[in-house]
Amino acid sequence: MKLELRGITKRFGSLVANENINLVVESGEIRSLLGENGAGKSTLMNVLYGLYQADGGEILLDGKVQAFKGPGDAMAAGIGMVHQHFMLIPVFTVAENVVLGNEPVNAIGGLDLDTARARVKEISDRFGFDVDPDALVEDLPVGIQQRVEIIKALTRNAKVLVLDEPTAVLTPQETDELMQIMRELAKSGTSIIFITHKLREVQAVADKITVIRQGKVVGEADPKASASELASLMVGREVDLQVEKAANKVGEVVLSVANVSVLDDREQRAVDNVSFEVRAGEILAIAGVQGNGQTELSEALLGLRHTIKGGGDITLGGQVLNNLSVRKHLEAGIGYVPEDRKKDGLVSEFSIAENFMLNGSFGKPFTKGINIDFASRDEISAKLIEEFDVRTQSASTPAGKLSGGNQQKVVVARELSRDVKLLIASQPTRGVDVGSIEFIHERIVAERDSGRAVILISTELDEVLALADRIAVMYRGRIVGIVDAKTSRETLGKMMAGVAA
Amino acid sequence: MSKLEVTPGMFSNAEVRPSWKTSIVLGAFSLLVLFAFGFFGKPGDVTYNLSNKGDIFSVPDIVVASTFANIVFGSLMLAITAISVWRTIQGKRTPSWLTLIAGLIGATALLGWLAAGNTVPVSFILGSAIVLAVPIILGGLGGLMSERVGVVNIAIEGQLLTGAFMAAVVGTVTHNLWFGLIAAMVASAILSMALASLAIKYLVDQIIIGVLINVLVIGITNFLYSQWLASAGEEANFPGTFDIISIPYLSGLPIIGPALFEARITVYLTFILVPLVWFVLFRTKLGLRARAVGEHPTAADTVGINVGRTRFWWVTIGGAIAGLGGAALTIGNVGAFGREMSGGLGFIALAVVILGRWQPFYVSAAALLFGFAIILRVWANGVAPGIPTDFITMVPYLVTLIAVAGFAGKVRAPAASGQPYIKG
Amino acid sequence: MSEDNKLLKEIMSGSPLRITLSVLLGFIIGSIFMAVFNENVVATYASFFSSPGTTFQVAGQTIVDGYVALFNGSIINLSADNPVSMFRPITETLRLAAPLIMAGLGVALGFRVGLFNVGGTGQLIMGLLGATWISTRFDLPWGLHMVVALIVAIIFAGATGGLVGFLKAKTGAHEVIVTIMLNYVAIDLFTFFLRTPSLLLEHGGGGNPKSDPPALTAQFPRLLGDSFGLNIGIILAIVAAVVYWWLMERSTIGYRFRMVGHNANAARAAGISVERTYVWAMAASAAFIGLAAANQGLSATSGLTSSIHANIGFDAITVALLGGSRARGVVVAGLVFGAFKAGSPTMQILGVSPEVLGIVQALIVLFIAAPPLIRAIFRLPKAEVK
Repeated sequence: MKLELRGITKRFGSLVANENINLVVESGEIRSLLGENGAGKSTLMNVLYGLYQADGGEILLDGKVQAFKGPGDAMAAGIGMVHQHFMLIPVFTVAENVVLGNEPVNAIGGLDLDTARARVKEISDRFGFDVDPDALVEDLPVGIQQRVEIIKALTRNAKVLVLDEPTAVLTPQETDELMQIMRELAKSGTSIIFITHKLREVQAVADKITVIRQGKVVGEADPKASASELASLMVGREVDLQVEKAANKVGEVVLSVANVSVLDDREQRAVDNVSFEVRAGEILAIAGVQGNGQTELSEALLGLRHTIKGGGDITLGGQVLNNLSVRKHLEAGIGYVPEDRKKDGLVSEFSIAENFMLNGSFGKPFTKGINIDFASRDEISAKLIEEFDVRTQSASTPAGKLSGGNQQKVVVARELSRDVKLLIASQPTRGVDVGSIEFIHERIVAERDSGRAVILISTELDEVLALADRIAVMYRGRIVGIVDAKTSRETLGKMMAGVAA
Repeated sequence: MSKLEVTPGMFSNAEVRPSWKTSIVLGAFSLLVLFAFGFFGKPGDVTYNLSNKGDIFSVPDIVVASTFANIVFGSLMLAITAISVWRTIQGKRTPSWLTLIAGLIGATALLGWLAAGNTVPVSFILGSAIVLAVPIILGGLGGLMSERVGVVNIAIEGQLLTGAFMAAVVGTVTHNLWFGLIAAMVASAILSMALASLAIKYLVDQIIIGVLINVLVIGITNFLYSQWLASAGEEANFPGTFDIISIPYLSGLPIIGPALFEARITVYLTFILVPLVWFVLFRTKLGLRARAVGEHPTAADTVGINVGRTRFWWVTIGGAIAGLGGAALTIGNVGAFGREMSGGLGFIALAVVILGRWQPFYVSAAALLFGFAIILRVWANGVAPGIPTDFITMVPYLVTLIAVAGFAGKVRAPAASGQPYIKG
Repeated sequence: MSEDNKLLKEIMSGSPLRITLSVLLGFIIGSIFMAVFNENVVATYASFFSSPGTTFQVAGQTIVDGYVALFNGSIINLSADNPVSMFRPITETLRLAAPLIMAGLGVALGFRVGLFNVGGTGQLIMGLLGATWISTRFDLPWGLHMVVALIVAIIFAGATGGLVGFLKAKTGAHEVIVTIMLNYVAIDLFTFFLRTPSLLLEHGGGGNPKSDPPALTAQFPRLLGDSFGLNIGIILAIVAAVVYWWLMERSTIGYRFRMVGHNANAARAAGISVERTYVWAMAASAAFIGLAAANQGLSATSGLTSSIHANIGFDAITVALLGGSRARGVVVAGLVFGAFKAGSPTMQILGVSPEVLGIVQALIVLFIAAPPLIRAIFRLPKAEVK
């Protein structure tokens, strides 16, 4: 089916998420939508899928103008979508999820689950997916959940399939398999829109590339274009992903982690017998595909999550920290930039100044006895806003009103202004604009140069390679290996799929 | 193509162990029965009266020494505790039906202790418990339907009160109890629509709005009662009750006959509604969609389910059922409206929803527990005057507390319960 | 609970216009109830079609009479013939507002920490149990007796609240359910104490669960002599409001309370024990309610029954909501609803059921808690939420 978007515009308040976007996807074509985080790709697709109503423009399928009031209309017209965050009900079975909204019923009006199972089996067999229709979705690994999403779209006869950042949660191997599936689907006539910000994947699978920046189409490219060409198109200027950094002077061991295991929220072993050391003056990057235990590891290092009893120790500067309170961890000298700043790093309703004292409410310089020392707080806030270039009108602005990059600067400023031995930075540049990324990277390197130990947890290989002195790769809760920063991408990619170097 | 073999729970190399809470609570109650009611119980024989005159066949009364019976009951409960302990050691959970049986035995033991030297009219107690439980069951069903789609309904109390009021007034004014019944359901449904639209469309906090609706309904009915009904009882608040319908043959069965098959229409409607709600919720596409909306509204939206509309109608119909529960208070039992006559049953229904794990049958069982406790207090005052009945009244609340704190911790509420759904 | 906070924020940032409209609308709808069901008005219905004017005239008169009665009963009695009965109404308003302010502060504290304390009744009862126990069963010197009873009431109530926080923190049980259940348990427990001679039953008392009156040494001293009921309760309420303001706006404890209320995850990552905060916040919330309990128990001059809680636990929710969970707002809201209570008897004498004020009270808070509703009714533009 041929899809055509003409002049799509979508605004949220004063923010223009999509501006006059034109796009034509031929039948059986794999089209990549390439763009930075926040460039407006997902918004555009949500408009296409009927989740959002466009403020202007029209959608055409095989030349006919469509008016989608909701996803139901879009699906009926043949559009299927695999969302970045899966749209599956965890407590339902695969079959129930697949038929939801399109349920077969039996003679007395009850659910006909046998037909539902048959539908799953049919698609599953056709593409060799191997999915048990009666398994509960919450018990399935993410790779399989994604297949359930694809089955869901295909049972509704999707002729245009949108995949929104489908590889974020996949290992390189699983990514390869997904690309194979995409090619087969395209061969059978399905049009595919593949949204991503990863250049390599685009080059591997796309027939044609459309680049989006700040809500606008900035150009079309051929998959044969060079990576740097695509990158500069994507961010709008020559990008230098390299960070200037001198050779490091490594000091003594600051943090040592020995045989530590951690359970996740579902009481399963997310970190499995992990050991490593970080020294003063070095950046240890922990690389890996999202969801391989990095989150749980970082939470355990801060004391947010208990380690399993009987395992080894977490030692910081000679002090054993096993399962002490978070406050004890912070006092022992840990700075922590969480991966999800809105959830763990900031109180959006609090002012910037109040956010600066988030983990400083127990002592100087923010307090006087049990009272807040407002004068001192204002002074510190003014200084940090200046030093870290937080763009705001005043320190009393609620943090929630700031842009992502400025919010992250508030978090980074707070953590770096404390006297810490170890900085843990988890996805420090996720959802942050390019200018802020460079600034934050420089600050992290400056920390290392001032003799602190730094753990950088990142799923972006580019970031890891730019900053790390050593790289530990995690897969399924284990550290596959700790390697030199000069290790090739290919080797790292294999390690991320669980193959030891 | 896929190299990953998928089996449910394939990553379950987990360290989870079922908690000891169930066993500990069971053990404590077993010992209580064994010693307080058994070895150190009250002397005297207790007569369990099982059949009435006119039953199809009669079962002889059981006469037994109170202490002896309770030693037996206590031992049985200890045996169940032992099973629970054994399963916990093996890393398995104690099935809830086993806990339920232990609870039933405990209740029978309590009866035997109270009635030492007296007769226990088993079917009278059971029948009264059901009648008293009906408003709680129906209120619970309403709350459950609302929570299953993700709307927390604190306003059950207000819905019951509305139903009770409308049934009495409309029933009196029209001289037709059926009109009263319908008016109760409609009025309560309209009230629920207000709750639903404030919560769904205007995104007002669901708990706060529920509390305020309760306060408002209490205010209005109190006002109308004192300004109008109190002086015009004859014309406005004298509906009478539905007739008792005996089902031929079945009502002649011993024990359960009089309890289950000699009742008012409100009780029979409850018997129908409980399985009906269960069937719709778990066996039809409407139910699948409703549960999807309550678990993951965004996902439901992406497959074309209208989240707002689904929530609106489930809350509304749930409200109508709760309104029926209110009608059961007046035209299904007492025969007139009284000030704040729901007396907190709506809040109990709220607890019962959690206690019953959002499942219609379990919710009904939990509601019966409360009905049982209410009748027990009344009856115990008669047979055993020295007993501090305040503690008997307290039991179901304590059980709910223990359950909410101890057992229900493991049970998952609908994931999106209480969260408004905001689309970009 | 972040949605709560958005709501509270919107309520707090509420424009004076919206609050005025809410109050106005509450009174207008109340008037309709008052008029439509009034006996004198009902009497005119028969002749409504022949002379509708009469109906409207009588209805109007009823409404005016009702609100004049409310004013006379709660502010200044203009028809009084001596200064004492002239000014008594306003002192009654202050007297009745005191426990509402105290308990309202308690519920408000909970709101700021993201906790919904529906357990005011139970905590109040437990506080009463403590206060009554000290005030009827111990002999202590004047003043000290009252202080001890007051402190015991606060501790008993606070411990009950702390228990709720503990259960929430340890087991994840929702505080709404736990507090509702504890309300019933507390009432039953109190009744049992009142029924038992060796515990709280009045000396020489019979079957009715009722205590002795509090000892004279433990009663709240009166402020304006014996012709006025007003006692030091209102002063304690104002002191409580100042303490609340300091605690929530100036101290680090309140800062951490608010942090947990807004974003428990971030608080946890900032080294704050969210669980412990729940326990302390619930205890603090209940402690304010315990103060209200002391007020009820030690203001009484006759024996107490379990109805002495006077639904203050629930009224406190509306007070906290109307007051936007801020100290000053709660004081004002407490005074308004105190005036409602004070004016009720005067309305009753005129044949207007004072229960109508319950409707007005619920409606005002409903309109204020549901900003979109009042906006929709009056077609106001959407206010920018700070």
